[in-house]
Amino acid sequence: MAYCVDCQSLSSNSLLSQSASFFSLSKPHSSKPNNSRLFFRFNKLCGATSSASLSLWRSNYRLRLNSVRNQHAVSGIDVSEKVSPKGAPKLGKRTDLKKILIIGAGPIVIGQACEFDYSGTQACKALKEEGYEVVLINSNPATIMTDPDMADRTYITPMTPEFVEQIIEKERPDALLPTMGGQTALNLAVALAESGALDKYGVELIGAKLEAIKKAEDRDLFKQAMKNIGIKTPPSGIGTTLEECIEIAGEIGEFPLIIRPAFTLGGTGGGIAYNKEEFEAICKAGLAASVTTQVLVEKSLLGWKEYELEVMRDLADNVVIICSIENIDPMGVHTGDSITVAPAQTLTDKEYQRLRDYSIAIIREIGVETGGSNVQFAVNPEDGEVMVIEMNPRVSRSSALASKATGFPIAKMAAKLSVGYSLDQIPNDITKKTPASFEPSIDYVVTKASIPRFAFEKFPGSEPILTTQMKSVGESMAVGRTFQESFQKAVRSLECGYSGWGCAKIKELDWDWDQLKYSLRVPNPERIHAIYAAMKKGMKVDDIHELSYIDKWFLTQLKELVDVEQFLLAHNLPNLTKNDLYEVKKRGFSDKQIAFATKSTEKEVRLRRLSLGVIPAYKRVDTCAAEFEANTPYMYSSYDFECESAPTQRKKVLILGGGPNRIGQGIEFDYCCCHTSFALQKAGYETIMMNSNPETVSTDYDTSDRLYFEPLTIEDVSNIIDLERPVGIIVQFGGQTPLKLALPIQQYLDENKPVCASGVGHVRIWGTSPDSIDAAEDRERFNVILKELNIEQPKGGIAKSESDALAIAKEVGYPVVVRPSYVLGGRAMEIVYSDDRLATYLENAVEVDPERPVLVDKYLSDAIEIDVDALADLNGNVVIGGIMEHIEQAGVHSGDSACMIPTQTIPSSCLDTIRSWTIKLAKRLKVCGLMNCQYAITMSREVFLLEANPRASRTVPFVSKAIGHPLAKYASLIMSGKSLHELGFTEEVIPKYVSVKEAVLPFEKFQGCDVLLGPEMRSTGEVMGIDPVFAVAFAKAQIAAGQKLPLSGTVFLSLNDLTKPHLEKIARAFLALDFSIVSTSGTAHVLELAKIPVERVLKLHEGRPHAGDMLANGQIQLMVITSSGDALDQIDGMKLRRMGLSYKVPVITTVPGALATAAAIRSLKSSTCKMIALQDLSDVEVKTGGIKDLQSVSSSL
Amino acid sequence: MPRYQEILTDPSYAGQFVLMTNPHIGNTGVNFDDEESMQCFLGGLVIRSLSISTSNWRCAETLGDYLAERNIVGIYDVDTRAITCRLRQDGSLIGVLSTEESKSDEELLELSRSWDIVDYSRPFNMASLETLKIKPDGVLFSNGPGDPSAVPYAVETVKEILGKVPVFGICMGHQLLGQALGGTTFQMKFGHHGGNHPVRNLWSGHVEISAQNHHYAVDPASLPEGVEVTHVNLNDGSCAGLAYPAQNIMSLQYHPEASPGPHDSDNDFPEFIELMKRAKENA
Repeated sequence: MAYCVDCQSLSSNSLLSQSASFFSLSKPHSSKPNNSRLFFRFNKLCGATSSASLSLWRSNYRLRLNSVRNQHAVSGIDVSEKVSPKGAPKLGKRTDLKKILIIGAGPIVIGQACEFDYSGTQACKALKEEGYEVVLINSNPATIMTDPDMADRTYITPMTPEFVEQIIEKERPDALLPTMGGQTALNLAVALAESGALDKYGVELIGAKLEAIKKAEDRDLFKQAMKNIGIKTPPSGIGTTLEECIEIAGEIGEFPLIIRPAFTLGGTGGGIAYNKEEFEAICKAGLAASVTTQVLVEKSLLGWKEYELEVMRDLADNVVIICSIENIDPMGVHTGDSITVAPAQTLTDKEYQRLRDYSIAIIREIGVETGGSNVQFAVNPEDGEVMVIEMNPRVSRSSALASKATGFPIAKMAAKLSVGYSLDQIPNDITKKTPASFEPSIDYVVTKASIPRFAFEKFPGSEPILTTQMKSVGESMAVGRTFQESFQKAVRSLECGYSGWGCAKIKELDWDWDQLKYSLRVPNPERIHAIYAAMKKGMKVDDIHELSYIDKWFLTQLKELVDVEQFLLAHNLPNLTKNDLYEVKKRGFSDKQIAFATKSTEKEVRLRRLSLGVIPAYKRVDTCAAEFEANTPYMYSSYDFECESAPTQRKKVLILGGGPNRIGQGIEFDYCCCHTSFALQKAGYETIMMNSNPETVSTDYDTSDRLYFEPLTIEDVSNIIDLERPVGIIVQFGGQTPLKLALPIQQYLDENKPVCASGVGHVRIWGTSPDSIDAAEDRERFNVILKELNIEQPKGGIAKSESDALAIAKEVGYPVVVRPSYVLGGRAMEIVYSDDRLATYLENAVEVDPERPVLVDKYLSDAIEIDVDALADLNGNVVIGGIMEHIEQAGVHSGDSACMIPTQTIPSSCLDTIRSWTIKLAKRLKVCGLMNCQYAITMSREVFLLEANPRASRTVPFVSKAIGHPLAKYASLIMSGKSLHELGFTEEVIPKYVSVKEAVLPFEKFQGCDVLLGPEMRSTGEVMGIDPVFAVAFAKAQIAAGQKLPLSGTVFLSLNDLTKPHLEKIARAFLALDFSIVSTSGTAHVLELAKIPVERVLKLHEGRPHAGDMLANGQIQLMVITSSGDALDQIDGMKLRRMGLSYKVPVITTVPGALATAAAIRSLKSSTCKMIALQDLSDVEVKTGGIKDLQSVSSSL
Repeated sequence: MPRYQEILTDPSYAGQFVLMTNPHIGNTGVNFDDEESMQCFLGGLVIRSLSISTSNWRCAETLGDYLAERNIVGIYDVDTRAITCRLRQDGSLIGVLSTEESKSDEELLELSRSWDIVDYSRPFNMASLETLKIKPDGVLFSNGPGDPSAVPYAVETVKEILGKVPVFGICMGHQLLGQALGGTTFQMKFGHHGGNHPVRNLWSGHVEISAQNHHYAVDPASLPEGVEVTHVNLNDGSCAGLAYPAQNIMSLQYHPEASPGPHDSDNDFPEFIELMKRAKENA
């Protein structure tokens, strides 16, 4: 066989004679390679690290090994003894364990996202498969792992040491596996071990022992451990007070300095300080954030290259490296915020092997007995010097990524290792024939794609700068045969408005050199685009490297992309040959980018491409670079030659996932996609998942029959449609991402009419038609429908100019809600109270023009908001899934508001209206599957429809768990043609117990932004509290969300004029709980008039001591603040609220929130919270007291 | 991971085309510390993508220039994964790489068919007597390449040395030892290649990740009594190491010297040194 097609020789003339002189400089003749090379490795390379202690370590390490082997010295030992290892521990599945407790990661927060649902789900499945009884604790209802059939006993309860101990007491597990639930689980395990709870109930820590966890997490112990094995760490010191920190800074001697708090997640509270002032501020925050009030002050290795290795170890002391990851952003940017690639690209074998040796030594020294760990290294690009930065003794975000990048399921394997298996006793999940004790080889490049997707725009006041504290809320991953291909795919997967890197009109092109250089020098989310602009403007790779320290290898790769763009700009589409197009597509350019550069349309590019036969080949991810035959369902596209996809002729369904997580579109949608896949698989369909988010369960190759790890764009989806020709495509479950694709997909199907691979009919979109989806999203079309159905909505209109907006506001009267049309998560939504503010909003927040109209609606003050999820089938039957009552008033984004099922205070007349409208609307829109509606009920009990979305909503997992019916599964079966009747779901279920959902907000991570709730969604995650009594369920949800509810003390009340009418009620509620009250002048005056005892305190600007001092001195335990929103409040009030946040004093910013909190505190004072397993809910005894409690609380609303 | 330089200069690849499954090759360029020998032995290099630049503090030259200087032909922009699948299915094949664009595919295929497997291996050209004359403390039989059965004279050389001094065999050296001890070797379909093969050390029970490159293997069933299998390749259960304690013999099918590859088996050399020391003491 001759691979001479496209041959380009690397070789020209022989220059052997010239090379001779080089050889004389190099090492000796290699006829005795072994000795000389051993010598070389131990001395020369170690010498290069300029570390004397390093060679010491090697000899220690070797001694250790020797001691093992000397027992079996080569001669003079009985043969039989040698075959069965004597010194090796007894291995294999442990039979002394029956019941294992797994702790999940709790709510999604920045730095701890759904990757832990992925790992936890794998762990549950793996342990159940092995026959263990699994008890699971996780407060996050939106997870797959908390589905009732994932574990034997599922507790959606708060995750505090006290509550977990209660569960341990009740369940009596034999062991606790703490390494699957991120930092949350690890910290809980430490707390339980140290409090003696584990010993008390005889629970063994498996996966990682207490000592190992502490050694890895405690900065001091870790440094010492590294010293023991001769591995360098950056010069640093540990401080427990500000003074100590300052002293350490003096010793290190120069800025910048890095501050890393111990035992925190995603570098919370840490950062880089360039001067003394910053240093002190960050140290204070770091000390406050650390569980142990301990921070590491470390010399900055700014500009060093950063690498990560994923390591696994078993009880037999076998260690393997699963994946190496290289960060494109050098040291100084949290790895979760960095663009990273796997495998590492700029290490020679010698250097890689050294990192490998170090990782193995580290996992042994730290003593992680079984499971995965992640080790981070810094490498000096000048001389290869290596320092270890940190190690995580648990499954991490990086290990989820590594699992997706290699096909090696780290969490699943780690779970099996924790119960006694050794790596060689477990088969490789993908090849089935070879053992798991190997190191995956990768014949592609993964861009971890977590090019971070940020949310700075949602947190005004916070600076968009990347540091050692993670700030990204999601990530995309892409696989390609080359770096360029995977990088381009990763950028377009992000859905940030880029269809790849370059070939677009981006704002950075208009920047001047000062702006560009700043953006290159200071890491920020847009830096990668600044690089593009700089290159376009002619900046040299060397100069960009000087500013950014980004390795030139990557920059040169990017530079070539710019060159390709120049090539395209000089050509017309019809002039591009097949070869040209292949070369361009191989570099990852999307059709849209090519269209931009060749001044044509995406469709024209596609047609030209297809006519020339330039189509993607799909390659498989098989852990072994094709060395062994593997039946893996995990695929990615590449413009290579041989396509391995081998589509079947079965009846199959393509499910489009949600893409990268972002605020407003996260794990809930992945939950729905997974459920769809599970249900349809069970119904006999082949399911095909397409998604680009490495953190998810949906991108586990185990979840669906086939997995395409691909960007969710019309180009990539069309390619899969052409290849697979499924009977149905599902766009309803992945949130806005696939929904936006519905119309283009429909258009593509209409034009091409692809026939199903199964032979019958054409490919079509299942469920509600894209036209109906559009009818619900398009305000004008929607208005017509509502009018026809006699459904009321708040007065308002569509403004295509500023004067339009002012006119509408005048007509409906202030306050009004303004927002751009077609948004998710309430992006840029605001409530405004005057013409001035409206004008300001239109000037600053959004652009308004006929293309991008703005919606202006009457704001319903003090209204209660209701969320409804409903199911409708093809026959026009509609069943309400759940009616949720929000605790915060309408105007607070539904995603940020607490809510409950069943409703507690809504009159049945209103509920009837809501039911009839929901059903009417679902029928009119011909909904097939799920629909979510939001309503507002005013104080006069009028009902208004706020919004309707014919798709899965964020609340589906919560409702499903609250009512005990899997709505997403039902919806997917309905879409496949089943009726509600056939599913046996014909009636609204009103559960006997109360479920409360509470949002978790990331304000901590965004220094300088306010903590008020508003119409723009900012929460990253949610928790659930379940109890027969509302107030207890609410209390559980609050505790689960991390609020430390005080049972006594002082409450600080400060209410604005709008909410002052509720002041007395709130004050009396807290007085009744024996709280004393502190207020500033305005609020205090009202209280005094009502004869309520209050202590006056100064506002921040009024002099000292003021409210802030009281907070700092621990004299305030709870704060209720409703913001006036005026200029003073934005400085004074915000500072106080931020202080509350840093001193971890709960800050409640709404009236209903305050009343519910008071009720929760009362319930906590009077009784203890009982932990109830999901599996026991049907047996829960119902008390009606709770409902009465809430009525008294909320009757004023 | 780019691990090409050691492979380029490893004599066991003499006369072979080496295909890299890792798509990016040449990223770190070439440095003169990481060469395994003074020349490139392989017949040609087949890769997916040749790096357009280099990045490494030790880099002295680009891979392209380095190969050109040594007159080694290479080809890039081919679907290396497709070729790997083919090789997995059919075993190693004869190939042709050509820079002559005038030649048609058919002509090149004809050319490849006209060639037979050429055995380049001449590993043991030192007579056993000469070897023993220098009174070594031990003898290490190193790697190939080639078919051990094709060099019966080498097996004879090994036989003459066995039992006289401690012996360590690596790769083809291991196969020769196997034959010299009375066992047989056989050709594997695809062989073992790469730096990630799990091998169980039966003495310690540990799994070591090893670097491998061989097409032939020793049949453990053919070995006489007293010779034991000490290491097993866990991917297919084949013999990866032998010992014959009575005659101070140890051997490994894979490459404990690594380069490229992991250092899990570093300890095998000190073990051999121990063996030699003990033999000397007992003598």
